[in-house]
Amino acid sequence: MKRILIVGASSAIAMACARIWANQGDELFLVARDVEKLDQTAEDLRARGAKAVTSHCMDATDIAAHALMLEKALTAMRQIDIVLIAHGSLPCQKDCEQNVEVALREIANNGTSVIALLTLLANQLEEQRCGSLAAISSVAGDRGRPSNYVYGAAKAAVSTFCEGLRPRMYKVGVHVLDIKPGLVATPMTQGLTLPKALVSTPEKVAKLIVRGIENKRATIYTPGFWGIIMLIIRSIPQTLFKRLNF
Amino acid sequence: MDPLLSWGRYPRVPQIAHACRWRGQALDSLQDIVHFHGSTLPFGNGRSYGDSCLASSNQVLDLRLLDRIIHVDWQHGRVVAEAGTTLGEILSISIPNGWFLSVTPGTQFATIGGAIANDVHGKNHHLRGTFGNHLLRFGLQRHDQPMLCCSRTENADYFAATIGGLGLTGVVTWAEIQLMPIQASGIDSTATRFGNLAEFFTLSAEHDHKHEYSVAWVDCLATARQAGRGVFIVGDHTKYGPLEVDRRTKLRVPATPPFSLVNNWSLRAFNVAYWHKHSDRPRNQIGSYDSFFYPLDRFVNWNRVYGRKGFQQYQCVIPSGVAEVAIQELLARIAASGQGSFLAVLKRCGNSASPGLLSFPLPGVSLALDFPQKHALHPLFERLDDIVREAGGRLYPAKDAHMSGSDFRRAYPAWERIEALRDPILMSRFWKRVTT
Repeated sequence: MKRILIVGASSAIAMACARIWANQGDELFLVARDVEKLDQTAEDLRARGAKAVTSHCMDATDIAAHALMLEKALTAMRQIDIVLIAHGSLPCQKDCEQNVEVALREIANNGTSVIALLTLLANQLEEQRCGSLAAISSVAGDRGRPSNYVYGAAKAAVSTFCEGLRPRMYKVGVHVLDIKPGLVATPMTQGLTLPKALVSTPEKVAKLIVRGIENKRATIYTPGFWGIIMLIIRSIPQTLFKRLNF
Repeated sequence: MDPLLSWGRYPRVPQIAHACRWRGQALDSLQDIVHFHGSTLPFGNGRSYGDSCLASSNQVLDLRLLDRIIHVDWQHGRVVAEAGTTLGEILSISIPNGWFLSVTPGTQFATIGGAIANDVHGKNHHLRGTFGNHLLRFGLQRHDQPMLCCSRTENADYFAATIGGLGLTGVVTWAEIQLMPIQASGIDSTATRFGNLAEFFTLSAEHDHKHEYSVAWVDCLATARQAGRGVFIVGDHTKYGPLEVDRRTKLRVPATPPFSLVNNWSLRAFNVAYWHKHSDRPRNQIGSYDSFFYPLDRFVNWNRVYGRKGFQQYQCVIPSGVAEVAIQELLARIAASGQGSFLAVLKRCGNSASPGLLSFPLPGVSLALDFPQKHALHPLFERLDDIVREAGGRLYPAKDAHMSGSDFRRAYPAWERIEALRDPILMSRFWKRVTT
């Protein structure tokens, strides 16, 4: 039985992971913004076999609220074996280009709020000297592209942060996982026209995440073929890259 | 998202899916689609065969993501779940706790919403009736009022109209169902060959009431002395053994072939092989519930083997008194046409009345066959319809893509009550076809 903290628990990928853990009889502490969605998710996980489910309402960009959330999680579970940070939003790039406030809000939502949570929770896991910290970044963080570089920049910050945090935590027995999903059919991507062959489901991605945590992987692309796609995209020389529009 | 088709992929009218992800959003989603497209229809997991799950506007409200369990009571075997939850998902949590679906159709990929809308039945219809007989209550979202809770006592008219109501009375967002207790998850089954229809009727009369489940396969291509031969199968939940959720690896049909792989050659070979696979003496075995109830679920997308044109299922039920004669005639007609089905299924339906107004089963015998879609089906189906009409039987809307409006209205006189309670913004291709 593991004790698991999930931030962004009503997101499709987080929910799919939570169902796998509930099925295994793990204990869950769910954090999300919307009380109703949180309650419906919690009911579902209890029925699917979770040992216990506690929910906590919090906006992840409200940094001041993080400490209280951790305190509640520790009261409920005493220790944390797995942290999954899954909240995020896919902004409209055009809006971000026109409006600095929108751009910074998206950076806060996808980047700084995650870094704030990782900082706080890393210290808790460091004290425990055990556990896994997993954060969902994105393949979009691998290279800035004109179509979504604000989102990409925020996710790149999370990935780089994880890369540095990992060796620090390794020495105290804590595992850090950077999860880079490709295109997944979720509410976040609803309404976008996506190349069908490249789109995965939240359930498939969740399986890979749960396995990645079990196997203490450093970085995973979900599904794995995105590793190859991003390798190709990263190796496009600047002279060509700056002429592309994708 | 990919456009959706019905299970038979005929008629081929791709549906645009509008996903509803939270039950509180059902009303907003409904109104959104109606605002842009005029009308819609709730869509579950697309297991209806014909056009009853296709919206006349081709814009469906996709409820598959409403798949949360809301409450479980293992003391009394009751589950409250969202409408998009599949029957297989219910089994995966109920079996370890010693409960099974009171009624299950031949696929576990149907959703609870779909099971209600078609008032599905299973191999134990002779004992337990339809899915609707075990439905305690559900939430119904209509476009112009807050969510209604419907049961036998509360909003009883909507309760009756929605069971078998083909998704037209509103969107079922959640439901509470009564499960039945089991001691173990295995099925103890006995298969007996029969040489002709008369033998089937004798076997069925003798054994049905002694067993929870009963069904028969008929070789629909056999003619002359072999006509009406088949295999009669009864089963019961085992008393001893583990309570295990079956997790067989699922196989996929990787692509849709340009033409049907089901043709006269493959059908004949299959039917002969199936007959000879069973020995001439009754054979008893204990197997998993999965292979007993859901043999075809092993092949995800098995409907693809019928090729791009798709297929139609012909399922009718014939009242007891004339069942033997009429089914004999139906089988003769089909065998003579040379078109036929991998598995022609015979099943005796019991007397228990469903609370639903438009429920398909009636006391008698039901026959179901799958046919690859081709032009020659039309005259054959007309002939079969004549026989069914004369026998006072009826066809199953969940499987149908052809029945005439007059046949439907004659066989389901309660249709006008459904029409009166229909949410005016919900309209299927089937309903439009048979009521106008």
